[in-house]
Amino acid sequence: MLVKFSKASDVKPSEITSKAFYLDRRRFLKTAAVAGAGAAFGTIAAPVFAAKGNPRVKLSGVRKSKWTQEALGEELTDYGPITKYNNFYEFGAGKTDPAEYSQDFKTKPWSLTIDGAVEKPGVYDLEDFLKPHQLEERVYRMRCVEAWSMVIPWVGIPLGDIIKRVGLKSDAKYVAFETLLDPEQMRGQRRPVLKWPYKEGLRIDEAMNPLTIMAVGLYGEVMPNQNGAPFRLVVPWKYGFKSIKSIVRMTFRPDMPPTAWNVASSREYGFYSNVNPTVNHPRWSQAKERRIGDFFKRPTLMFNGYKEEVAGMYAGMDLMKLY
Amino acid sequence: MTRETAILPQAIPTRAIKPQTIKYVVKPLVFASALMPLAWVAWTAVASGLGPTGPLGANPIEYINRFLGDWAIRFLLLALAVTPVRGITSWTFLIRFRRMIGLFAFFYACMHLSSYIVLDQFFDWTEIWKDITKRNYITVGMVNFVLLASLAATSTNGMIKRLGAKRWTKLHKLIYVIGIAACLHFYMMRKGVQLEPIIYAGICAVLLAYRVAAHLKKKARAGRAENPDRAGAGAAHR
Repeated sequence: MLVKFSKASDVKPSEITSKAFYLDRRRFLKTAAVAGAGAAFGTIAAPVFAAKGNPRVKLSGVRKSKWTQEALGEELTDYGPITKYNNFYEFGAGKTDPAEYSQDFKTKPWSLTIDGAVEKPGVYDLEDFLKPHQLEERVYRMRCVEAWSMVIPWVGIPLGDIIKRVGLKSDAKYVAFETLLDPEQMRGQRRPVLKWPYKEGLRIDEAMNPLTIMAVGLYGEVMPNQNGAPFRLVVPWKYGFKSIKSIVRMTFRPDMPPTAWNVASSREYGFYSNVNPTVNHPRWSQAKERRIGDFFKRPTLMFNGYKEEVAGMYAGMDLMKLY
Repeated sequence: MTRETAILPQAIPTRAIKPQTIKYVVKPLVFASALMPLAWVAWTAVASGLGPTGPLGANPIEYINRFLGDWAIRFLLLALAVTPVRGITSWTFLIRFRRMIGLFAFFYACMHLSSYIVLDQFFDWTEIWKDITKRNYITVGMVNFVLLASLAATSTNGMIKRLGAKRWTKLHKLIYVIGIAACLHFYMMRKGVQLEPIIYAGICAVLLAYRVAAHLKKKARAGRAENPDRAGAGAAHR
C-alpha cells in the first residue's frame, strides 16, 4: 500500500497548472525573448541590467532550481499585475506609482558596498560582482503585509553563496541592507513617508537559509525597475516589505540593525515579520489573503507555506512577541 | 446653521439663478454628475470582470473600495464647504444643494461599506465583527457611518418639523465630528506618513476653522453691540 505524507508545499492535483496555461507562458517567454534578443548575447555573464527606459530584456543562462512552479503547484501571477501593482514607496505610495515613475531609473553602473564583519569588504561594481554566480529561477509565493499575495518566478542567486564568497567574521550575527538614497531619481524620497533610505535586516541564519535569494530578474527577464532593480532581496516566508529593493549596501554586524517599517511603527512591524496568520497586524487581520486575480480570499499559511524550511530557525521563540 | 430653504424660504437675489432653473435644470444636473463616479466604476468593473489585468488595476476589489471611500469623503467635504463658500461669495442659492450633497456623501459611504462587506469580506460576518471591534480605523469608520446615517435619516423636511429647528440644528452639528472622523479613518488606514490623507484633513481643518472664525466674529460683534450699554452703566456707578 502506498502511504503518502504530504507537505504543505506539495502539489495538490487540483492545483496543477493546465497545459494550456503553461504553453501560453512558453509562448509569452518566446515573445519576450525576441523582444530582448538585441540585448541578450548568450554569454554566461547575463545582462542583468535594464537599459534606460526599462525595456524587457531576457536573461540568459538561467538554471531551473527545485523551486519550480510545478513544485509549488500554484498558478503564476501574470507579468502585468506583478509589474503594475507595487509597493515601492521610493517611487510613490500609490500602487501604480512605481511602474509610472521608475521608468528612467538608472541601474547601470550600480555600486554595491559590502562592509562590516566580513573578510572581503569592498565597493563592488554589481555587474562584476555577480559574474561568477549562476542565476537560477525560484518560483515563490509573495505575501504582502496588506493581505494580498502573488506567485512570482524570480531569477536570482542564493544570498548564502554571496556570504560564503565575502567570508563572514565570527561576530557577524546580522546583515543590514540599504536601498539607494537618491531623491532626484526617486521622487517618493522627497517626502518623509518613511525615514530614508529604506533599511532592512536579517539574522545570519535567515540570510543563509537556502530559500533566501538576491534577485536580479523575474519571468526570465531583467528585473523591472518598479520591482526593485537591479538587485533586491527575496525572503519568501516574510512579509513583502522585508524583501528590500534596489540595494546599494550590505553590512554585516553583531547587533540587530534598525529596519525602516519597524522604525516607523514598531507596534505594527517587527524585526522578524514572518508571515503568521495567528498574529494580526493591529489594523487588519492576517488570517487570510487575496491572491491577486482571485475574488475569494484564501487562508494565509504559516511562514507563507515554507514552514518545513524555516520553522526550525524560530524554535523556542515566542512568535506572538517576536513578530 | 438652520435649513433656511426648508423652514424659511429665502429670497434668492434676482441677479442669481431663478428658483425654477435651479429646481428643474441645475439640481438634476448636479444629481446626475454626482452619480458619474459610481456609474464609471460600476461599468468598468462589470466590463472588465474584476480581473487582475483590467483598467481597475491588479486588485480591483481594493480599488473599488478605496474609490468609493474617496468619493464619500469628497462629498462630505463638499457639503462642509457650502457654508464657507456661501459666506465668502454670498451665493445664497448654494444652500439649496447642501442636503443633496450631504446625502450623496451618505450614499457613497453606503457603497463604500457595501463594497467592504460584499466584495472584500464576502459576508464573512465573523471577520467583519472582528474588524469592527479590533481594528481601530474600521471602528472609527463604522461609528462614523452610523452617525452619518442618523443625519441622513433626519434630513427630510418632515423630520426637521418633527425635531424642531433648534434641536435639528444641534443634531446636525454632528457633521463636524463626522468630517474629522472621516479624515482620521483615511489617515489611519494608510501606511507611513502619506500626503493624500493629510491634504483631505487640511481641507477639513480650513472648512471648520472658517466656522470657528465666523463664530468668534459674531460673538465679538454681539459684544460690541452690548458693551456701550455696559460701559455707560459702569460710568454711572462711578
